[in-house]
Amino acid sequence: MSRVGIVGLGSYVPEDILTNKDFEKMVDTTDSWITARTGIKERRKAREGVPVSELCYQAARQALEDAGILPQEVELVIVASVTPDYAFPATACLVADRLGISKAAAFDLEAGCSGFIYAAVTASQFIAAGMYRTALVIGGETLSKITNWQDRGTCVLFGDGAGAAVLQPVEDGYGFLGMELGADGSGGDLLIQPAGGSSIPATTASVQANLHTIRMAGREVFKFAVRVIEESVQSLLSKCDLRLEDIDLFLFHQANQRIIEAAARRLELDQEKVFVNLERYGNTSAASIPLALDEAVQQKRIRDGDILMMVGFGAGLTWGAIACKWGGKGNKDDQNENL
Amino acid sequence: MGVFEKVKAIVVEQLGVDENEVTLETSFESLNADSLDIVELVMALEEEFDLDIPDDEAEKLRTIGNAVNYIKGNQ
Repeated sequence: MSRVGIVGLGSYVPEDILTNKDFEKMVDTTDSWITARTGIKERRKAREGVPVSELCYQAARQALEDAGILPQEVELVIVASVTPDYAFPATACLVADRLGISKAAAFDLEAGCSGFIYAAVTASQFIAAGMYRTALVIGGETLSKITNWQDRGTCVLFGDGAGAAVLQPVEDGYGFLGMELGADGSGGDLLIQPAGGSSIPATTASVQANLHTIRMAGREVFKFAVRVIEESVQSLLSKCDLRLEDIDLFLFHQANQRIIEAAARRLELDQEKVFVNLERYGNTSAASIPLALDEAVQQKRIRDGDILMMVGFGAGLTWGAIACKWGGKGNKDDQNENL
Repeated sequence: MGVFEKVKAIVVEQLGVDENEVTLETSFESLNADSLDIVELVMALEEEFDLDIPDDEAEKLRTIGNAVNYIKGNQ
């Protein structure tokens, strides 16, 4: 079994910015209320007519360039999203086509805000098993398209964006050191877009009742999130035989500053070791971890040899975590094997 | 330690207030706790007393005394 790691990253956010001040004109809220309860100052919004595949394409193009990989080398494309272009065909197929990736396996994966972690773990298994050598994993969202703009409790939270990673075998000792995934469907109704699927297909009535937008039981989700971050970190540390102090940087799903702070307090983490960029993007669901990861690498908060821990959590309810030793790009043994 | 003393200790720790400020009559609002502070406090109470405080019940807790009574009635 080869060790799998991330060998290239890319991210993309739309140009248009929605600030907290903008929301003061739309719903009964204030900048200080939003900032105190979420940490979010602004978020990006895709224009009308711009689907999530466009954001995914832009992020993926950069990731391939960063990895120094040609599109035709990609053998597997997974897009994680709760806002795909269509119910079908899969966004992954559309993105692969635009990138000039032909005949590679391509499918979408839906695991709410844990989507990127689920997709990266899934792709890593194909590579570890030897079925594929190069996978492109994308987390992309256009949550603005399913936001209830009348609900002041949720509309301020979400943003649009995409992040992509290229996965390949890496040098021994590097890459994914441990992973875990989990789900608890009993909390399915806590975070849901009720209509548009086979339960409540789209009708005039479903549209009038605004059922095609995000519903969230905020306090319940908050409790779940804080606890699951703590549990995932502890469980992955013990799986990987690592101590808390061995981790150089934690990247939690960027849902809410208060969730991240509460979890960090419980784990007694040094704030310096917890990456946060949600003040500029809001909660971008499946895009949030690769967006954060790309930014952390750009800012040199992550260097070769660093150990990171990424934890996602969200609708499902789902959660997932990956411990990763950064670097080790270009596994020569493996390349020789493939020659 | 009685239920009130345990609740008081948790409130002091979670909200960073002086223990003299915490009586049965003290409201969470007067301790400057916002909705998410209260969620965190509820989580700490759930863990300390090994019980589940559903959201619709948690919403009704206005004072320290409310919380103490809820815990006593559900232990």
